Amino acid sequence: MTELTSNATEEKLVQELGYDDHFHEHHDGDKFQSNFITTYVFSLDHKVIARQFLITGIFWAFIAGLMSLVFRLQLGFPEEDMAWLRPFLGKWVTLSEEGVGAISPEFYYAMVTMHGTILVFFVLTAGLSGTFSNLLIPLQLGARDMASPLLNMLSYWFFFLGGLIMFLSLFLSTGPFSGGWTAYPPLSILPQASSGSGAGMTMWSLSLVMFVVSVLLGGINYISTILNLRTKGMTLWRMPLTIWTFFITAIVGLLSFPVLASAVFLVFFDRSLGTSFFLNEINIGGEALAQSGGSPILFQHLFWFLGHPEVYIIILPAMGMVSEVLSVNSRKPIFGYKAMVFSVVAIAFLSFIVWAHHMFMSGVNPFISNFFVVFTLIIAVPSAVKVFNWIATLYKGNVRLNAASMFSIGFVSMFISGGLTGIFLGNSAIDIQMHDTYFVVAHFHIVMGVAAFFGMFAGIYHWYPKMFGRHMNKLLGNIHFWGTMISAYAVFWPMHYLGIAGVPRRYYSFDVFQTFDHFDDMNKFITIAAFAVFLFQLVFVLNFFYSIWFGKKQTKKNPYGATTLEWTTPIEAIHGNWPGKIPTVQRWAYDYSKDGTDYLPQHLPKQDFESDEVH
Amino acid sequence: MQTVKLKQTKRNKIDPKIFALLLACASMTMVFLAYTSAYIIRQAAGNWLEFRLPNEFFISTGILFLSSICIHFSYRFFKKKNTSLYRGLLLLTLVLGIIFIYIQYLGWQQMLTMGIELNTNPSGSFVYVISGMHIAHVFGGLGVLITALLHAFLLEHRVTEKRILRFRLTLIYWHFVDFLWIYLLIFFTLQKV
Ligand code: HEM
Ligand SMILES: [Cu+2]
Repeated sequence: MTELTSNATEEKLVQELGYDDHFHEHHDGDKFQSNFITTYVFSLDHKVIARQFLITGIFWAFIAGLMSLVFRLQLGFPEEDMAWLRPFLGKWVTLSEEGVGAISPEFYYAMVTMHGTILVFFVLTAGLSGTFSNLLIPLQLGARDMASPLLNMLSYWFFFLGGLIMFLSLFLSTGPFSGGWTAYPPLSILPQASSGSGAGMTMWSLSLVMFVVSVLLGGINYISTILNLRTKGMTLWRMPLTIWTFFITAIVGLLSFPVLASAVFLVFFDRSLGTSFFLNEINIGGEALAQSGGSPILFQHLFWFLGHPEVYIIILPAMGMVSEVLSVNSRKPIFGYKAMVFSVVAIAFLSFIVWAHHMFMSGVNPFISNFFVVFTLIIAVPSAVKVFNWIATLYKGNVRLNAASMFSIGFVSMFISGGLTGIFLGNSAIDIQMHDTYFVVAHFHIVMGVAAFFGMFAGIYHWYPKMFGRHMNKLLGNIHFWGTMISAYAVFWPMHYLGIAGVPRRYYSFDVFQTFDHFDDMNKFITIAAFAVFLFQLVFVLNFFYSIWFGKKQTKKNPYGATTLEWTTPIEAIHGNWPGKIPTVQRWAYDYSKDGTDYLPQHLPKQDFESDEVH
Repeated sequence: MQTVKLKQTKRNKIDPKIFALLLACASMTMVFLAYTSAYIIRQAAGNWLEFRLPNEFFISTGILFLSSICIHFSYRFFKKKNTSLYRGLLLLTLVLGIIFIYIQYLGWQQMLTMGIELNTNPSGSFVYVISGMHIAHVFGGLGVLITALLHAFLLEHRVTEKRILRFRLTLIYWHFVDFLWIYLLIFFTLQKV
């Protein structure tokens, strides 16, 4: 049997059964790749664009991580002297008469806001789906490139431009926007409201509009590629789950991000043209504001109509990659392939009709809340189906433990922990106590922040050879995993207790609440753990960049014995992905341990000894 | 069940570019659905100034609809190789498009004379913003039409796959902005009652 899956046989299969599209005869694409600028900067190649998204994402994650350390310092050690931060933060660290430094409240809020905005949009949306949709959609489907490489390039550069604007806003003398990543009015409308609400907010909204354009261009491209450019034999039901999740994610993005743009646009009208869509009966310094008659709740509706689907835009691609990595590394077909697809579709659908669970406490009609409670709790069903299937995939598998598979298992753990707290929050009665406390912070960091990062790490470790032709260091990978797993739980687990006790989120200091005094030590502990998380990420960054040049070279085309098509492309990546013909697909993506073989790649025709497909 | 013979993928009959345009239309539709839902929610909250939509909006709707018919026939004549009607109707489409924008502008003027300014009450603000956003999309359409006209007048009239595709893209987008406005007008009218 072994010879069935040797590299040479696989190559022969591509050539014999492959599909000749005469791609390399016209050298159409290659002329765009003739110099450094067109190869690495304004590249049209999906593999290069994927790496651009990834490295930009890593840059942003680093910045946003540092920001969290700043505000965690304030929360953990509000009394300590912060004067040592002055060389880095300048005037944002104020000195008292005795020369004791403190982080200024404006800066604290700006950091919290930027941390949220950057991680949600730039890192976990662009860095995650941008990277892996670009890398894997053409490679796993057997396509030469995206349907429109030009739109694809523009998608990256709009993201870059949005990022650039946000980055510049960090250096405004009034500081970046500081009203929270959700940008609720009136903080996001009235320049008088806070120092970041003036120029900071203008740049924030401009940046997000660019970002929305980027997501839409990318999404249109991913969907058309998946529907139009699959190789012969790649029916929808043979697509790997990665592709399914990228597909559904792109659809969700296409339908929800325009709504964010609309909301930001109305905010712009209120800010600049005197309308009052979101402003009502506001007094500033004892004087009534002329703009009145709007509804701030309206903004919340528009924001969360995007906001909730957005959290699934973040998690679905991670789920897809985890499914793939778990299946490859437990040498078993994914358990319940179709159930996985249907639950992704169900989650995506439901994500559009639960947004008001973020608004139970905003004064919406409790009767209407009930409707949202029911749909919110129903999401737990497809989520549980997925969790069950991941565990069943691992069960009795021949599990290979490596950084990618451990991060995938870690993902499942995080998703369970955070999903359970979601069920608490989804009950509007319990939410009366929990809303806007650290319980919510714990919930969404575990289920979205950490879990999505874990999915992303699994993807990076697993597909690193496809991106750079080398492997990442194993030992450093293990240190990264165990360090992150333990310290991330150490950061977020205690926050549940804070939240249940009622400690509100987004507070600069708790010194006026004596009830919370006994949490001082817990807050110190969390801050120290947050520093630990950050240090372990440095291990990753080091490993990532070191391995680009010095990592162990990839020697086998298909180092993991995986079934999917990306492993049939040459180690040295080329434009157009396959040197000659494109492989054709003969089976689904999960024939592991079938009929005594280790794995049967997707482009291998049915063998005599095989039983019929059942899935 | 799996056989050794290759199973051809059923490819989409629809051209990828047209498909991408339809996706883009879907996401533009979401912008307007968001605005009209916001309108409903805000209206239900009270403090809502009712006013009659200016008649201009109804006239302009007729004009825009007419332009859609023109481009439709222009496309027919393009395929039938009737050059003069193809060019003429396409030009007419552009002219009607420009007239549409002008009448919308008159409609705004009419609203101002009624005392409904941009910031009088959200009910008026919504009408201004929504119709304004729609006009922005029509401007995009005018750009596309001008390109199509340049093709029509500067190039020899040949019916190639590529030119059919280009024309269809123009056609779809122009119909899209037309139907979008009809939806908006019906929405405004029904919400007023
Ligand atoms: C079992 C499924 C889930 C349920 C029932 C659920 C429920 C909720 C509820 C009710 C809230 C609002 C809490 C409040 O503000 O008082 C919330 C907040 C949040 N959830 Fe979930 N959730 C679930 C899964 C997820 C997943 C999978 C993600 C992301 C991948 C996520 C991300 C978030 C975020 C980001 C917030 C907070 C946003 C903010 O206020 O800044 N949730 N969740
Ligand atoms: Cu939600």
